[in-house]
Amino acid sequence: MFSWFANPLRFMRLSNWLAPVCYVLAALLIGWGLWQGLWIVPKDEYQGGDIMRVMFVHVPAAWLAMASYMAMAAMSFVWFIWRHEVADIAAKSIAPLGAVWTAICLATGSIWGKPTWGTWWQWDDARMMSVLFMFFLFLGYMALRASMDTRQKAARAGAILAMVGAINVPLIKFSVEMFTSLHQNASVMTADGPKMAAVYLWPLLASALGHTFLFAGLVQTLMRAEIWDRRTAKANAKLMAEG
Amino acid sequence: MSPAPIFSAFRQALGEAWAGGAGALLPLGFFAGAAVLVPLGIGTDPATLRAVGPGILWVALALSSLVTLERIFQADTEDGALDLWLQTGAPASAIAGAKTFAHWLAAGLPLALISPLLALMFQAEASADLLRNAALYGLGGLAFYFWGGVGAALSATVRRGGLLISLIALPLYVPTAIFGALAMTDAPGSDSAPLFLAASTLFALAVAPFAMAAALRLAAD
Amino acid sequence: MLTGVASPLLSASGLGMIRGERVLFTGIGLSVEAGQSVVLRGSNGAGKTTLLRILAGLTRPEAGEITRNGAHHWFAHREGLKPHETPRTHLALWAKAWGSSVNVDDVLARMSLKRPADVPARYLSAGQRRRTALGRLLLEDRPIWLLDEPYTALDSEGRALVLELIDHHLSNGGGIIAAIHGESGFVPANEVVL
Repeated sequence: MFSWFANPLRFMRLSNWLAPVCYVLAALLIGWGLWQGLWIVPKDEYQGGDIMRVMFVHVPAAWLAMASYMAMAAMSFVWFIWRHEVADIAAKSIAPLGAVWTAICLATGSIWGKPTWGTWWQWDDARMMSVLFMFFLFLGYMALRASMDTRQKAARAGAILAMVGAINVPLIKFSVEMFTSLHQNASVMTADGPKMAAVYLWPLLASALGHTFLFAGLVQTLMRAEIWDRRTAKANAKLMAEG
Repeated sequence: MSPAPIFSAFRQALGEAWAGGAGALLPLGFFAGAAVLVPLGIGTDPATLRAVGPGILWVALALSSLVTLERIFQADTEDGALDLWLQTGAPASAIAGAKTFAHWLAAGLPLALISPLLALMFQAEASADLLRNAALYGLGGLAFYFWGGVGAALSATVRRGGLLISLIALPLYVPTAIFGALAMTDAPGSDSAPLFLAASTLFALAVAPFAMAAALRLAAD
Repeated sequence: MLTGVASPLLSASGLGMIRGERVLFTGIGLSVEAGQSVVLRGSNGAGKTTLLRILAGLTRPEAGEITRNGAHHWFAHREGLKPHETPRTHLALWAKAWGSSVNVDDVLARMSLKRPADVPARYLSAGQRRRTALGRLLLEDRPIWLLDEPYTALDSEGRALVLELIDHHLSNGGGIIAAIHGESGFVPANEVVL
């Protein structure tokens, strides 16, 4: 299956129609989810009143922060083992988007946290801390790639780091949970916990799915740009060689 | 395969760590300096200092490991020693592990050994706990050195690699810092924290050498 | 002592290398038999060092095959000398790493390094550092020598010494692949132009 996708030409043909489809689905799902979330569903006073509506952005962002890092690590692994160039292009393209969604998750978490917890930043929230370290993993990955002098080296260094990060994520999460469970004040907030009323479920799911499609579409667009970039660089190098 | 190259790599790294920068004095100076800045920043209330002391020493230990690690593989790529080590036939992971261990021995372990002294300055009671804590700093420092070593190997060919190492290593330092600091409190769960610290250090010792090896082969490429 | 080897000491075929988007070389093949030398030629940046690194197994080629029959010595621009090491400790360290029983004092004498034998490398001249690194070639008998610009930073006496080592190695049935920019000083069996 990997080999089937590994062909850049096939990827270009596929993403040519798949990316726009992703964007349309994303617009529909996010549009419906936000309309429901912001105007239709009742507010929950226990979750901070109207501010809880930020959930319809915050929860999808949290889901994508985790999922995108795992996707990046998986692509790195595929590249490291089989050296399929498209896998490296995918890992490279996921990184900045993952960082943006991670930042969105942190920002919306802060905005939600201020009225409910009374603070912009809650050190003893395990999810918030985990997402923060995720953000640093993305930054480190991008900085490392950017500092390598050829794209082959960037691919190798990035893959090593993404894999090291991925096997550390469970340990980081575990230690952070241990850290926060000791410092925890009784908090009313469980963003995606069992207290979730059913009325929020569908808009939330639609929104999460919509964000996923948006992410998938943007990854494809970035990958297409990268493939064009590499083609151009190759063509230029060939022209230079021919003098 | 003969283990001789691994011992030689260890010896060379030990000599290098000792010769470069006044032996263990430089990292010690950095460690003490970073710790001593804290009371200047947060005030001298003994109760506060006693509470934050162990954590401050963990932070200072993490920072000084990053500072001493910056050059360990970068120097090898610049002077050509890396090329020689990669051609000995010994596994690159063993060579990298031996070198990192040597640097911990030369620069990391001395920090753990003087930690009781700094702890006293942070108003800790003089007791056997300080020696136990020193052992924990030694153990956690080993994990810092190995994860930092991954960052150092990945940025071996990067100018101003030190900043990059910090960014790469920071998330990897989290479990060690948490377990280590927790082991020095009397919070519930702190009894098992030394075990978690030991386990996460073993994890670092088991995984990091392979990542370093892959990164060093890349640096030589 | 190394005579009678039927297959080449080292052979490579179809080697190709890309750096970034630049094709350094393609379709390079070479072969070194016992007692033979090959000189790599090419202008600066043509990829001589890269080709040597590929032959040493340090750099992975984009394409091609390499077969080595025997161990090799590596001698390049960067000597692998640490600032705190002296010629004596450096050679002793590598003798130990390779499990060699050669007397380090003999090597120091051969390389005219008796006088600076205990001076740390950071105080040595470039030529003395080169001689120290060349001394490694004498620590262990290895059939293949990979030399990158072996004459750099050496005076005429040093050049003569290198030439002597090369002659001796070849007449003992060793093989040499060297990247040399100017005069090689010896007649290579083959030249590879990049």
